[in-house]
Amino acid sequence: MTLISAVNLEKTYQAGEVIVKALDGVSFEIEPSSFVSFVGPSGSGKTTLLNLIGCLDKPTSGELRIADTEVLSLNRRESALFRGSNIGFIFQDFNLIPVLTVYENIEYPLLMVLTTSVEERKKRVLELLEIVGMKDQRDKYPDQISGGQKQRAAVARALVTNPKLVLADEPTANLDKHTAYMVIELMKKMRDDFKTTFIFSTHDPKVVGEAEIIYTLDDGTIINKAIKAGKKHD
Amino acid sequence: MINLFKIAIRNLMRYKRRTLLTASLITIGVVFVLVFVSVSGSFKNMMIGQITDSVIGHIQLHRKGYVASIENLPLTMNMKANSVKRLEKIISDEPQIEAFSPRIKFGGMFSNFAETTNIRLNGVYPEKEFATVPLLPSRITKGEKSLNLGEIIIPELLANGMNAKIGDTVVIVATNQNGSVNGKQFKVSGILESVSGPGGRDGYIHLEDAVELLRMEEIEISEIAVRLKNFDKLDIVTSKLEELISKELNKNDKPMFEVHPWKKLSPFYHISRMIDLLTFFIKIMLIAIVLISIMNVMIMAVYERIREIGTLSAIGTLPSRILSMFVIEGFCLGFIGGVIGDIIGIVIVFIINMAKIKFDFGMQKGLTLVASIHQGDLLAISATVIIVSVIASLQPALKASRMNPIEALRHV
Ligand SMILES: Nc1ncnc2c1ncn2[C@@H]1O[C@H](COP(=O)(O)OP(=O)(O)OP(=O)(O)O)[C@@H](O)[C@H]1O
Ligand SMILES: [Mg+2]
Repeated sequence: MTLISAVNLEKTYQAGEVIVKALDGVSFEIEPSSFVSFVGPSGSGKTTLLNLIGCLDKPTSGELRIADTEVLSLNRRESALFRGSNIGFIFQDFNLIPVLTVYENIEYPLLMVLTTSVEERKKRVLELLEIVGMKDQRDKYPDQISGGQKQRAAVARALVTNPKLVLADEPTANLDKHTAYMVIELMKKMRDDFKTTFIFSTHDPKVVGEAEIIYTLDDGTIINKAIKAGKKHD
Repeated sequence: MINLFKIAIRNLMRYKRRTLLTASLITIGVVFVLVFVSVSGSFKNMMIGQITDSVIGHIQLHRKGYVASIENLPLTMNMKANSVKRLEKIISDEPQIEAFSPRIKFGGMFSNFAETTNIRLNGVYPEKEFATVPLLPSRITKGEKSLNLGEIIIPELLANGMNAKIGDTVVIVATNQNGSVNGKQFKVSGILESVSGPGGRDGYIHLEDAVELLRMEEIEISEIAVRLKNFDKLDIVTSKLEELISKELNKNDKPMFEVHPWKKLSPFYHISRMIDLLTFFIKIMLIAIVLISIMNVMIMAVYERIREIGTLSAIGTLPSRILSMFVIEGFCLGFIGGVIGDIIGIVIVFIINMAKIKFDFGMQKGLTLVASIHQGDLLAISATVIIVSVIASLQPALKASRMNPIEALRHV
């Protein structure tokens, strides 16, 4: 059972006269509960690809199935609904909502995106606060906590809806080495606990080392796929 | 626990100074409009009350064409006894009418045996007249607040000019409609304060004295003044009376009588219309202030929060929810400004009333301004502010809800 299957994805941008081919025939399959990384030099198309997988953008051509859904045929509203119930996002700049506390930020998707009962919501938020080790920070606002703490809260927010897939575009770029490592470890633990698939892009070789499947992008194409020893996927 | 209102309030608190400035602007606008509406409205109602309750009455009935030549007080345009009877029947049958008073209006000569001058007089039945224009007794500044046969109440200016005092004997000379001149002695029983507008400087005698003075064979009436139970029903009752009396035709099958509400009889109506117009423009200004200030703030709010909007949208928040987030923010801003404005406005009007501000209106001196805020005005103004706030935030909110998440997230 494949979670994501991408066939020949192409994405071209037109900036005035210049046509940029950000993705040039990208195909891959990702199984459930994988821990996948896309690496490559700047401008190689990592963000573009993650945007497509995240149903935030449509390719110029190609096919994309996520969780048995032809996501390319979804309209704006349907895409939003699909994202809300199937995909979690972790951002490079954390992107917590500044007027909400840590607790409320994590609660947000359960309240404003999905509709979950009060008890269920509370249980789930507290559970995630516990896992990411932010229980004692729950009533602080984002500007009162450190970058690493923000990203841990963001990880909890991405996972609170129990999505099949979490996407993270350079989740550690704004963190120091130690914190970056901790966040990646946290993500891995979440994968183990919840069987969630994580896909992230990164520049950082240390962080890349933590991935189990590594796709290398260059100039809009996949030039290499590496599977870490000990992993049974191929 | 979070909800849309909480998010809106917190976002407003995030930019305290800006929120405060915008809310104050709305507050000032609301206070201004409320105070203006209540003061001008109260002034207007008071003046209308003065005019209708001391001279004109709410509605007047005449023979067709009388009002057009009212300056001459033409006795030839009086209504005959049987016409009056029919009119009185119509009026008595109308449940909305509280009282009515038939009047004989005529011009004559006033003489104190030394000097002579012109006078305009109303022959009235005192009980009926006092019931129809209840402020009339309060205008009698000197003498008895009543009128008996053989007595005359004279206007203040005439009393001053002719040096006439209570108890003096005077002679009224009048020409009747056949041209014959007749005179009659009266005792000055009261002196009447003048008011602005038609009839404000007329004297009063008993109707039966007028009949005698004018040597009428049967009672002829110049006008019937009518007082309503509820002044707000003026237009309804006027048109009802118009319809009823339009069935009264003369020999040539033309309508015999005419109905005039006070508006058609007093020039103050135009002043009151001006006040209404002014009020209208001030309300429009309030709407403009609210519209522009809220729109300005919400456009800024959307611009500042583009990345946030991108985040919310990426994690699956539906466009309609993002729309409502911003609309609710505008709503809250308008609501806060409006409610504070309401409270301050009420306090200011209260202070105005405490200060007992006096003003003069034409000949009337020392009227006390009693301003009151009507619940309807308060609700209408508050509702307008809130609705305009919502409308003003709609465009920025729509823009936010339609934002492409990728572009929004990339925004720096
Ligand atoms: N909106 C856009 N309009 C035009 N060109 C774009 C747009 N977005 C991306 N591109 C181009 O597409 C290519 C791939 O960009 P992308 O952002 O996917 O690279 P990336 O691998 O994420 O780079 P980085 O590591 O710097 O984040 C680049 O050449 C970029 O200039
Ligand atoms: Mg990128």
